[in-house]
Amino acid sequence: MGRKAEYSDKPKKGPGRKARKQGPPVFRKQSFAPMEEEDKKLSHRQKQRFVKREQKKVVQKAKLQEKKAKGKLPQPAKRKTAYNSDSDPEDNEEEQQVASSDEEVPQLVPATQSQKSTAPKGFTDDNDAWLKPKKQKKQQKQPETESEEEDEDEDEEAENGSQDELEDDSDDDGGLEAEEESGEEEEEDEEEDESDDDTAQVGKLADLSDDDDVNSDDDFDISGEEDGVQADSDEEEDEDDDDDDDKLPIERANKKLKKREAKEAQLADDEMLETVDRQDVFQLPVEGEETEKDLTLQEVQQRIKDVSLVLSDFKKYRQADRSRGEYIDLLRRDLCLYYSYNEFLMEKLMDMLPLTELMEYLEASEIARPLTIRTNTLKTRRRDLAGALINRGVNLDPLGKWTKVGLVVFNSQVPLGATPEYLAGHYMIQGASSLLPVMALAPQENERILDMCSAPGGKGSHIASIMKNTGVLFANDSNRDRIKAIVANFHRLGIVNAVVSCEDGTKFRNIMTGFDRVLLDAPCTGTGVVSKDPSVKTTKSEVDVQRCYNLQRKLLLTAIDCTDAKSSTGGYIVYSTCSVLPEENEWVIDYALKKRNVKLVPTGLDFGVEGFTKFRQHRFHPSLNLTKRYYPHTHNMDGFYVAKLKKFSNTIPITKEQQEEDEKQLDEAIEAEATTEAAAEPEEEEEASKEKGPRKLLGKRAGKPSFTEIEQELKKKKREESKTKYVAKVFEQPVKAPKKPKPEQPAEKKEKKAQAPAEKTNGSEAPSKPTPKKNQTNGQTPASNSDAKPLNKKNQATQPKENGSASPAKPEAKKPTVNGTKSPTKPAAKEPKNKPQPKGKQPAKASAKLAKAPRVDIDDVPILEGKPIKKQNKLKQKSKQIGQLKKSTAGANAGKKQKFKK
Amino acid sequence: MKRLSDERAKILFEHLSKYIGTNVKQLIDRPDGTYCFREHKDRVYYVSERILKLSECFGYKQLVCVGTCFGKFSKTNKLKFHITALYYLAPYAQYKVWVKPSFEQQFLYGNHIPKTGLGRITENAGQYQGVVVYSMNDLPLGFGVLARSTTDCKTADPMTTVCFHQSDIGEYIRAEDTLF
Repeated sequence: MGRKAEYSDKPKKGPGRKARKQGPPVFRKQSFAPMEEEDKKLSHRQKQRFVKREQKKVVQKAKLQEKKAKGKLPQPAKRKTAYNSDSDPEDNEEEQQVASSDEEVPQLVPATQSQKSTAPKGFTDDNDAWLKPKKQKKQQKQPETESEEEDEDEDEEAENGSQDELEDDSDDDGGLEAEEESGEEEEEDEEEDESDDDTAQVGKLADLSDDDDVNSDDDFDISGEEDGVQADSDEEEDEDDDDDDDKLPIERANKKLKKREAKEAQLADDEMLETVDRQDVFQLPVEGEETEKDLTLQEVQQRIKDVSLVLSDFKKYRQADRSRGEYIDLLRRDLCLYYSYNEFLMEKLMDMLPLTELMEYLEASEIARPLTIRTNTLKTRRRDLAGALINRGVNLDPLGKWTKVGLVVFNSQVPLGATPEYLAGHYMIQGASSLLPVMALAPQENERILDMCSAPGGKGSHIASIMKNTGVLFANDSNRDRIKAIVANFHRLGIVNAVVSCEDGTKFRNIMTGFDRVLLDAPCTGTGVVSKDPSVKTTKSEVDVQRCYNLQRKLLLTAIDCTDAKSSTGGYIVYSTCSVLPEENEWVIDYALKKRNVKLVPTGLDFGVEGFTKFRQHRFHPSLNLTKRYYPHTHNMDGFYVAKLKKFSNTIPITKEQQEEDEKQLDEAIEAEATTEAAAEPEEEEEASKEKGPRKLLGKRAGKPSFTEIEQELKKKKREESKTKYVAKVFEQPVKAPKKPKPEQPAEKKEKKAQAPAEKTNGSEAPSKPTPKKNQTNGQTPASNSDAKPLNKKNQATQPKENGSASPAKPEAKKPTVNGTKSPTKPAAKEPKNKPQPKGKQPAKASAKLAKAPRVDIDDVPILEGKPIKKQNKLKQKSKQIGQLKKSTAGANAGKKQKFKK
Repeated sequence: MKRLSDERAKILFEHLSKYIGTNVKQLIDRPDGTYCFREHKDRVYYVSERILKLSECFGYKQLVCVGTCFGKFSKTNKLKFHITALYYLAPYAQYKVWVKPSFEQQFLYGNHIPKTGLGRITENAGQYQGVVVYSMNDLPLGFGVLARSTTDCKTADPMTTVCFHQSDIGEYIRAEDTLF
């Protein structure tokens, strides 16, 4: 772009008006430069001293040489042993090589040391703390060396003495510069002298002095403590320098600098470790006082760090009288406070993730995930879309190698939800994690696919775009308010093969079955999307989780029932949640594996963490490792879970009664949760008032025993009962009541109705509908899987509603149920008998059943939750009976309702 | 889902031919299966018969949408096309109007097109002809009715409206509640 004019420093032409003004101050370089001048003139006294010293040295050298000449033979051996005793890890060979060079070590070291020993005087601050002990060490060291080298230490002392003198003198002179300088000079002198002795080391010594020149100003910081090390490393350096003699001086200097930096870094690390080690072991606060203090957030953070340190090496850092539980409790409370979670969720997370990962997870959950969009392949291509958006000032990139449709948006000058491209349906704003379940589902063209919980239609539209608008997509959602979003999105994205419905997902099997693939993105607590919705951190409780997983189980069973195992291309179910809790993920899948003929298959996603096969006391099916988990801290997407199931048989492995009861249990659990939650608040209020009550009473009639306590206890019991009732029920083996007098007619009617539309295509089947029950049920046996197609199809449709008890050769017969009261071959005959049975008899029969041996289905054992059942056996018994009553009446009612409905 | 009454069917096809002329035939006789118009809660849907059959499983209340919604009949039997019909109108449109990039956003907020916003226009379009509105890079933005014929447009003042706005894709956001 042409030349740039330099306006900055144009020399002025000619003397201006102010040419006479005072020029800028000129500093002598020396005043700023570090004290490095070499040829500064020595003062008269210095010169005198210098001469003296020279003379002295000459004398000393002469002495030294004499002595060396005398004791040359014994010395090397001595030194060797000395080194061995020091247990220096050098090999002997090296030693011998170095032996000659070792000679000057004791001389050199004190020299540098003396120089350094002057330095600490300058440091009056906290450096003393770590400078002192080293000096002591040095002094300790010296005696050792003295014993080894008796001859030489005399000289040393003499030298030291001379230096001391010198220092004193220079102190008189004042000026630190001079002192150092003289020190340096002295060193040089010494070295020169020594070099006279050992000619082999001339080069090294020169280097060394050179080295010192470089070091001289900044060496003080470290030299105090590292002298021993330095002596060694100096030698190393020297050797290196020998090798790199051909290198430029600047290179050498660079090398040295690097070495020094490394050394410093290492020292700093050591120091850190030391301080950490020496640090006072974290003291747990005493029980009483801990809550009163109002801590700042920083203090809490520090305490979190401390406690996690303690937990990282518990044996080392613990206080002897404190248990791990106490530490963990404190940590949990702190984490709750710091990240504002409620205790319940934090406990769950702590159970799930190791400590280091937990911290990462919590941190990552605070940060929003990057905004991602999915290209609508029905209308455009990713490259075109990216181009169009970049033109609008959007900064974006492909999302990753694993997807061909995802784009991640870094920043944008326009609102991404209102660009013409968005309105024209070229893309959909969608989290990266929502692409995963659809990829796992891998829809094919011309399939019939169900998206059970579809709103707002992101995943559904993704499915449709993969199917390229062929086949049929059923998008369902039970929330009518959110349905509009599905319709709007589908129209905007140009999806024409969709049927949008607003049904209860759990009843979908009554409407239509035989799907090739089903996607169930189940409603969940949303613990994986904390960054999107921080209210999750505080609002979710045990009850919420339970309600969710009961609903999820129901939905998943329905989804499985809706799938056609004999589909030529599919038969797959994908289950996904945006929660990370195992209760809503592995547990639900595990449940489905037990209740239906499904197996887990690889999801086809090549990244993600394997699902849990065991979690605390729970042991899940080993194939659960085929499922995938996603965490915000590892994959930078929302917490997510994806499982892919393949249905391998349309038969249901459990009996109809079991099935119904399962369902009823789930229903009741969901209802109970809803009611208990509603009831929970007034109860709590009650509790509060009760707590206030006794106090007041005590004031009024002090000393008298208040019977309210008993009342309280009773109420407490009741409350607990009501709380645990549903918990127990979910997992407890269904109490098998005798077949309820289920109104057969309405059910059949309903079946027909449900069937009718589904089977419109094969009209030949229509007349056969009113065929006697036997015919249908026969078709349900596993053997009939190979039956004629129309019949099968029909069975499929009817299966869920079918009252299985009528089947003579049902899967139940194969399954070893402990419940021997009912022979599997009988029920057909039994049913009519049951029908007219009055409802009033039910409870009696139920209790009679209860009295019999406990029925435990082997399959269902792991689902049992040990705690509530074991603890409250009696209560449970009671609740069972109550439940029984409810069930029987509820069942009858339900039947009636259905009748009215249709 | 029910068949359109003869009266309503007539209204629908008249309305359709305003925008796509004789191409209405293309919507009825398709090589990839039978497609049909059906009415559900006063709304007109255009859908493959195959999908229609499957949708019959759902109850009247539960069924929300099948295929593509074209528009809605008012109580007085007047048909108003929704923006959702654009998916089928755009490819078959005979008369088109292109708006300048500067006016794109204006149109998406529901404004009529003045002559200054007009980029291009199909020849021989008469007054009150139904047209599909495109952006200059051929992105369908909506549809409307010409306020002036093509020849009149050439002589008109810069600020006169040449095309009345009827529907635009901004409605997906603006009118989500009322559309569906």
